[in-house]
Amino acid sequence: MMMVVAFAGCGVAMVLALVRAAKGPTPFDRLLAVNAIGTLVILGIALHGFIMGRPEFVDISILYAVINFIGTFAILKLFSTGGLGDRGGKARVTPETDEG
Amino acid sequence: MEMLLSWLSGISLLLGTAALIVGALGLVRLPNLFSRIHAVGMMDTAGVAFITLGMLIHEGFSLISVKLAVVGVFLFFTSPIATHAVAQVAHRSGFSPVTPVKEPRRAQKAAKKSAKKAAAKKVAKKVAKKVAKKAAAGTAAGKKTSTKKTVGKKTAGKTRA
Repeated sequence: MMMVVAFAGCGVAMVLALVRAAKGPTPFDRLLAVNAIGTLVILGIALHGFIMGRPEFVDISILYAVINFIGTFAILKLFSTGGLGDRGGKARVTPETDEG
Repeated sequence: MEMLLSWLSGISLLLGTAALIVGALGLVRLPNLFSRIHAVGMMDTAGVAFITLGMLIHEGFSLISVKLAVVGVFLFFTSPIATHAVAQVAHRSGFSPVTPVKEPRRAQKAAKKSAKKAAAKKVAKKVAKKVAKKAAAGTAAGKKTSTKKTVGKKTAGKTRA
């Protein structure tokens, strides 16, 4: 019973986070909201599995946790350096010395 | 024992739900990026930890509960890292945590008063500085010209302190 309540709470929180993601004046607000939605989706998948009597869904939520983490960092790298590559989207100016 | 466990699980699920909803409300209502980050931190730690704990207690000890614990620990460590990275990149790209806020009227009046006082103090300081500079110039004129600058600087520093 409480599982259903928690699931509904996740849904409500997700809608509120979606409002912020739509409204957010800066890209960082949107990113924050999307990250929160990802966390809520992880919880929602696990709760859904328990409600439906198939708790094996937890495997999927592990996968979502990892994807969410890496996705957030990819977007942050894109914001801060302007690219996703080795040098952050900038061409190498000087030949790199071999380190380690 | 069964009863107690189900109650414990229900209570922690409810606590987690409350944390989630409070955090989401904060995300919508708070005025600025860094305070919103604060609200999301609440969601990511308290909400996730309590809901995972509730599911763990409900499940008992099995492979599923171990996986749930893995999810909980992973989120508990990675969400603050991600939030911190957001704050860091935002700060580096020019967002300041301190922004001018519209204050209530009483606070505004008080601020005006203190500003007037500060202005009066500034005028007094300027006058004092001028006097000190004149005195310094007077003493320096008697000495060699090469020491003039250092003397002036010294006296200026003293009056400032």
